[in-house]
Amino acid sequence: MRRVLIVEDSVSTRAFVRAVLEDSQFASGLGGCDVVEASCGFDAMRLLPRGPYDLIVTDINMTDINGLELVRFIRKSAHHAETPLVVISTLRAEHDADRALALGANVYLPKPFTPEQLRETVAKLLEGRPVRAQSDGER
Amino acid sequence: MEGGGRGDGGARDEFFSEAQELVDGLGRDLLMLDEALKRGQSNAELINDVFRGVHTLKGLSGLFGATRMAGLSHQLEDVLDDLRLGRIEMTTKVLDLLFQAVSLYAQILSAEKGESAEPVHDVEQLLLALGQASGKRAGGSASTVAQYDLDPSLLGVLTEYEEHRLRTNLQDGLALYRIRVRFSLMTIDTALDELKVSAKPHGEIITYLPTGAGADTDAIELEILMASRAPLSLLRGAIRGPNVVIEEVQRRSGAGATPPHIPPPTPPPDPFSPLTSVRAPLGLDGASLPSHDSSARGRSPLPTPLFQPAPVASMPHAASAPARGPGPGEVSLRSVSQTVRVDIRKLDRLMTIVGELAIVKTAMARLSERARSRATGPKELAIELGRLNRTLDRHLAQMQSGILEVRMVPLGQAFDKLARVVRQISREHGKDVNLVVTGAETEIDKLIVEELSDPLMHMIRNAIDHGIESGDERMRVGKPPVGTIALNAFQKGNHVVIEVEDDGAGMDPKAIIATAVRKGVLSSYEANDMTPREVLALVFMPGFTTKEVATDLSGRGVGLDVVKTNMGKLGGVVDITSEVGIGTKMTITLPITLAIINVLLVEIGKHLFAVPLASVEEAIALDPAQVRTVESREVLSVRGVSLPLCRLDRLFALERTAPMPSKAFVVIAQVAQRRLGFVVDELIGQSDIVIKPLGKSLKSVRGFAGATELGDQRVALVLDVAVLIEEVLTPGEARYLVQAEGGRA
Repeated sequence: MRRVLIVEDSVSTRAFVRAVLEDSQFASGLGGCDVVEASCGFDAMRLLPRGPYDLIVTDINMTDINGLELVRFIRKSAHHAETPLVVISTLRAEHDADRALALGANVYLPKPFTPEQLRETVAKLLEGRPVRAQSDGER
Repeated sequence: MEGGGRGDGGARDEFFSEAQELVDGLGRDLLMLDEALKRGQSNAELINDVFRGVHTLKGLSGLFGATRMAGLSHQLEDVLDDLRLGRIEMTTKVLDLLFQAVSLYAQILSAEKGESAEPVHDVEQLLLALGQASGKRAGGSASTVAQYDLDPSLLGVLTEYEEHRLRTNLQDGLALYRIRVRFSLMTIDTALDELKVSAKPHGEIITYLPTGAGADTDAIELEILMASRAPLSLLRGAIRGPNVVIEEVQRRSGAGATPPHIPPPTPPPDPFSPLTSVRAPLGLDGASLPSHDSSARGRSPLPTPLFQPAPVASMPHAASAPARGPGPGEVSLRSVSQTVRVDIRKLDRLMTIVGELAIVKTAMARLSERARSRATGPKELAIELGRLNRTLDRHLAQMQSGILEVRMVPLGQAFDKLARVVRQISREHGKDVNLVVTGAETEIDKLIVEELSDPLMHMIRNAIDHGIESGDERMRVGKPPVGTIALNAFQKGNHVVIEVEDDGAGMDPKAIIATAVRKGVLSSYEANDMTPREVLALVFMPGFTTKEVATDLSGRGVGLDVVKTNMGKLGGVVDITSEVGIGTKMTITLPITLAIINVLLVEIGKHLFAVPLASVEEAIALDPAQVRTVESREVLSVRGVSLPLCRLDRLFALERTAPMPSKAFVVIAQVAQRRLGFVVDELIGQSDIVIKPLGKSLKSVRGFAGATELGDQRVALVLDVAVLIEEVLTPGEARYLVQAEGGRA
């Protein structure tokens, strides 16, 4: 079972990511996939200690704490220094994307992306990594 | 949808409701920007909000394959990005384009849902205009930028926009403060909101940097960067809290700045650097901005010269485009979202009621068990059953009102969009109009709100086009040059009343009659007998318009008759009063909800009918002695006032199996100011019913709002009182209108 944290203020984008990653065919290839949703940076910071997560996807353009600040925060935390981190943002935000990569994000996936692109990115990042996340039982 | 699979139904619904919310939000923000612009102000925060909204829309439309929306958002985002980064200046013309985009979004959304055609041409026109708007990049000077370079590790986590705001504020001579706070993770949202409220009057918050030891504690430390003109002491007084520390970030160069006695923090150039570099004072020590090598992608590096007050980019073509844009008459204001956002507490209350109902069910089961085992006598059983029945009744009533409450939304949802329409129409028409809204919080069924938007838009359009005079004309007759349209809403019993009132020229009954006669709507003979109210009501007749030359705005073949018909479908009525030289007031009266209505059940020749109680004034016994016949119409005198009668058995040609009973009743119905008495055989009683439509084959039958199933498997037809009154009291016979009722509105 893989656990993915999606940090994104748009509810339908979260729903989209969840639908794509929890799609039974794709998820079964991962041994199951559970998507946890955070609607803002603070939400993410609340959810991070409830990890571990196998992968984190975050938007950049969010109110209060922006995605860059979150990336830095995640990389500083002992539990998530190595967790694969995907930054999703629109094409024109390449300046911000550069900064995210410099701060330690692994991949910048420009919006809009197709379900296939997202699955491919996630599969590649998780390839060969030991399953860290426990099943739903723990909080 | 690009291959998202079958499981995306839910996500796509979310898309429509989120997109609709975003578009509505854009409209509100733009109106506020418009207000600010009129006062000669600009509002960076609002512009950024609009940018973020469009940015999100673009992301969404891309994900969900709404390509035209994605294209529009893309161009729009360019313009907005330029606006928020100060590359172009906000002007009325730019705002026009943005407003136009909002109405196009609405059309595109409904096209995505397959409810209408895509406004392909309009989108292309707007894209062209937007391209011209964003194409004009104002130049500026970079000369002073270098002085304001910041610690690279700070800049490393700022988005382009935050960086721009930081620079702009420093450029404008504001001081930079660092507010260090510690919040519990659980309460941070509210705590931060409080802090924002106390900080806002004193400056602009640039960013929030989470610091602290990491994700393993329950508390979080934030460094908030804020630009302000206020001195440190004032800020310390204004922003208080147990864990708040405020200090000024020292500035090295520039007149009047604090001398650079702070040792250079020697920030590690690597942005991966540990936190310590941020904790160090944000010394503006000349450490140069890390050059983000984005030039590889063909974009200039960030410190582009943006800070000189940019000369306004003039947009010669942009101005002409919106004028040819989508005519407001063609644009629907209806939202595509079928979603109602519900306060979780309302649902909790419903859940509690369900719990109560479960208890009733258990009691029923126990009772039936006791009845079966004959442990209880029939009398006791009856008492128990009666008690349970009452409890069940009470809970069902609670449940019903609870669910109705969930369906209720504030009228403000429709009004917000109308403010946009007023702005647009008055600008196109060169008239200055002020919209004053009261009662936006009045709640009404979500379905009704949706159906209301377009008729209200048309009434407002009519008021601006035919009512409000030009500025010159208004000055000439001694009115203030800016016209006013008041949009008032309030609840009145089971109805919601919405008034659209203008202070324009009013309607001249003589002109109305002349037009009506010429158009053949009315014979001059009929016109003689009409009361002023009836004359005014003529404007709701199909094909009626008083202006000789149909203007661009109202002359689109949609008349007020459509407004009237649509309101009628919702069980509402439109009324009109007007005074020459003073203004016109149209009043819509609507039921609060469509879902469940309270009716009076009546019987005519063994047929059951339901009369919506909202339009029933009273029911009385028919005294045949008081019935007179005037010009072949039966009239009943009720307490000295004449009331026209309608015998439904004759109107509907009902077969009578039994003769008319000797004792009949009259149900007196009133809609707006018109009354009619329905003669019925029997009054059965009141009941709450759910109206069901009559179905396709009976759709054209007028006079029925639908049918309803009663508990005993009988069916009753629900009378459409407004239509019946209309049919029976045709203009020639409308003289029976009760004049004494005139003052009741």
